[in-house]
Amino acid sequence: MATQIQVTVSPALRRDWLYHVQDWVTTVDHKKIGLMYIAYALIFLVIAGAEALLMRIQLAVPNNTFVAPQTFNRLFTMHGTTMVFFVGMPILFGFGNYLVPLMIGARDMAFPRLNAFSFWVAAFGGLLLYFSYFAGSGLYGAGTAPDVGWFAYAPLTARVFSPGHSTDYWTLSILISGIGSIGTALNIVATTLCMRCPGMKLSRMPLLVWLYLVVSGLVFVTISPLTAAQIMLLIDRYLGGHFFDTQAGGSAVLWMHFFWIFGHPEVYILVLPAFAFANEIIPVFSRKAIFGYPAMVAASVGIGFVSLSVWAHHMFTVGMGAGPNAFFTFSTMVISVPTGIKIFNWLATLWGGNIHFTTPMKFAIGFLFQFLVAGLTGIMLSVSPFDWQLGSSYFVVAHFHYVLVGAILFMIFSAFYYWYPKMTGRMLSEKLGTWHFWLFIIGFHLTFDFMHIPGILGMPRRIYTYEADRGWEIWNLIVSSGAIFQTIATLIFVYNLVASYFKGEKAGPDPWDAWTLEWSTSSPPPSYNFAIIPTVESRRPLWDRKHPEEPDAHYE
Amino acid sequence: MSAVVALPHEPIEEWKLPSRGIVGMACLIVAESAIFIIFVVAYLFYIGKSLTGPTPREVLEIPWFASVCLLSSSITVHFAVHSLRSAKVNLCAVWLAATVLLGGIFLAATAMEWYDLIYHFGLTVRTNLFGTTFYSLVGLHASHVLVGLFMLGLTLVFALMGKVNQHHAERLEVISIYWHFVDAVWIVVFTVVYIVGR
Repeated sequence: MATQIQVTVSPALRRDWLYHVQDWVTTVDHKKIGLMYIAYALIFLVIAGAEALLMRIQLAVPNNTFVAPQTFNRLFTMHGTTMVFFVGMPILFGFGNYLVPLMIGARDMAFPRLNAFSFWVAAFGGLLLYFSYFAGSGLYGAGTAPDVGWFAYAPLTARVFSPGHSTDYWTLSILISGIGSIGTALNIVATTLCMRCPGMKLSRMPLLVWLYLVVSGLVFVTISPLTAAQIMLLIDRYLGGHFFDTQAGGSAVLWMHFFWIFGHPEVYILVLPAFAFANEIIPVFSRKAIFGYPAMVAASVGIGFVSLSVWAHHMFTVGMGAGPNAFFTFSTMVISVPTGIKIFNWLATLWGGNIHFTTPMKFAIGFLFQFLVAGLTGIMLSVSPFDWQLGSSYFVVAHFHYVLVGAILFMIFSAFYYWYPKMTGRMLSEKLGTWHFWLFIIGFHLTFDFMHIPGILGMPRRIYTYEADRGWEIWNLIVSSGAIFQTIATLIFVYNLVASYFKGEKAGPDPWDAWTLEWSTSSPPPSYNFAIIPTVESRRPLWDRKHPEEPDAHYE
Repeated sequence: MSAVVALPHEPIEEWKLPSRGIVGMACLIVAESAIFIIFVVAYLFYIGKSLTGPTPREVLEIPWFASVCLLSSSITVHFAVHSLRSAKVNLCAVWLAATVLLGGIFLAATAMEWYDLIYHFGLTVRTNLFGTTFYSLVGLHASHVLVGLFMLGLTLVFALMGKVNQHHAERLEVISIYWHFVDAVWIVVFTVVYIVGR
């Protein structure tokens, strides 16, 4: 009898397990795809974070031999490539996928199957990049990851200088993930324009949706040039072409232009979703409607356009001549105007508000301050003579990490604490969240504030070690010690994500008393999102429902 | 959440949103245009920078006939959509067949041109910068023609099998927008490669 029970139970269990796997693999539900994007990005965040930690251990003291020079080159290449293409892009697309249809009162994206395709093709790209560790030397079976740096300047990427297949893995993985990015961006635009619920005019859309519309538009005109450049590189490497072959008249500088035509708008592709989260989170915890909605939309669209004309500020040290230098200095400074408008609008939203310092709000306030500082060092670097001094130094590394970590990652953490209740039905622990926030902000400032100083003292980026007599030792030690705080904080965050899923406080549909449509459905939302397609009359439909005596519609 | 209260409100005017097929195709065209722009810029940048021959003037002939065929296929595909909208399925199939034929002639002409260049003039991707940029740009366009022909051919087969009706007019229109784009790109490629570059 006992054996009989075993026989009947275990296949049933296995079928159950397989059923769930099959359910996730074949799903076209925007919420499940969004969660898979986020989970996939979090895995790569941990991997690329570990790479950063290894580099900081190597640089903590002079003349260190913790990792070999070749390994160090692979570490910074993989760290940069992973963070941009397989953490930043997927995590932001993940939140976009999850939130955009819910916020505009739709039941799914415009093209659900394209959505699933985009995710799986992007996921395959990430696996391909890391597969190079096993197959980078091709048939020899010796693993070598790409070591050409995340912007892979020519002619280092030519067959002669990068033999083996590691560079091909880099090219192909980015090419493939780019196809996924364009698919998802296309989907977000079509969803936003064609799937809005009745009454959801463009002028009433939540700012998050507006920003994702701008981001998706940017993806078309920035990821595509990168795709084109990668095709050219493949033609060079496989068919013997001469696009970037300086021996045959090709130009190495052309690659720089093509790469940064992608590379700089990419920064805005990553930071605009962070702005989008801030636009939703700051008003809710200030208990006020966002200040200057039309100005925010205009500033976002303005940033989108101006960001297309600033790329060559990455190339001041190439020697482009006075005309281009002046133009790109000017356009780079101009972009601080719409960004400044945004900062003032967030401050004005906070002003006079009844501020609730929940964990998402703490991260959002950290974001505001740190994004301002990152913008200020950005203005310093936009001055081309200043850039000639500090280009390719740790000052630059500190500047862009201030944007990527201090602004973008802080807002991503904030978004996790804010929308986790919607995605899982459980609250994240506020106590662990507070620990996470304070440890992370201490670690962040130890690492990235002090990283500016060795840069000013002349420490170049991408060196695997340095002599003891340069005066850089103490600064590097402080920078590396900050990494430990950030690691512990991130582990607390991961623990919080897992533990709260099982025993977090039940959230209910609307734990923050918020105003956008995703909070009008249950947590987690049913697969059809809304039993009845909602109708909206203002920018804060839930405010209208909660306060029928004084709806927003009267004031807009 | 508090109970939903009916709000006194003005009746919502008819809620009409654009077609997602057309918006999606427009997005794809923007993205594809960006790819073509980069290849065109590379072509223009490398004009006259080849270190060895052959040069464009020595080997390229202006493909007038093929170009006229491709551009007129834009007109035939337009008529195909138009006749499907007014439920004339057979007429639509005729126009589709004409479009596929014209596109096929264009591809065949490209193939013959390449055969000539490779076997008589010895121009390959490896030969010089002209070869690299020429085959990349014209090849990128030709591959788009191929994709378009596949989609149009498939529609033609379905039409002949009697599986296409008036309700599919919007989908055919999406394909036709792609085909117009491919033709428009050819005007740019033609100008850059055969007029400016020669």
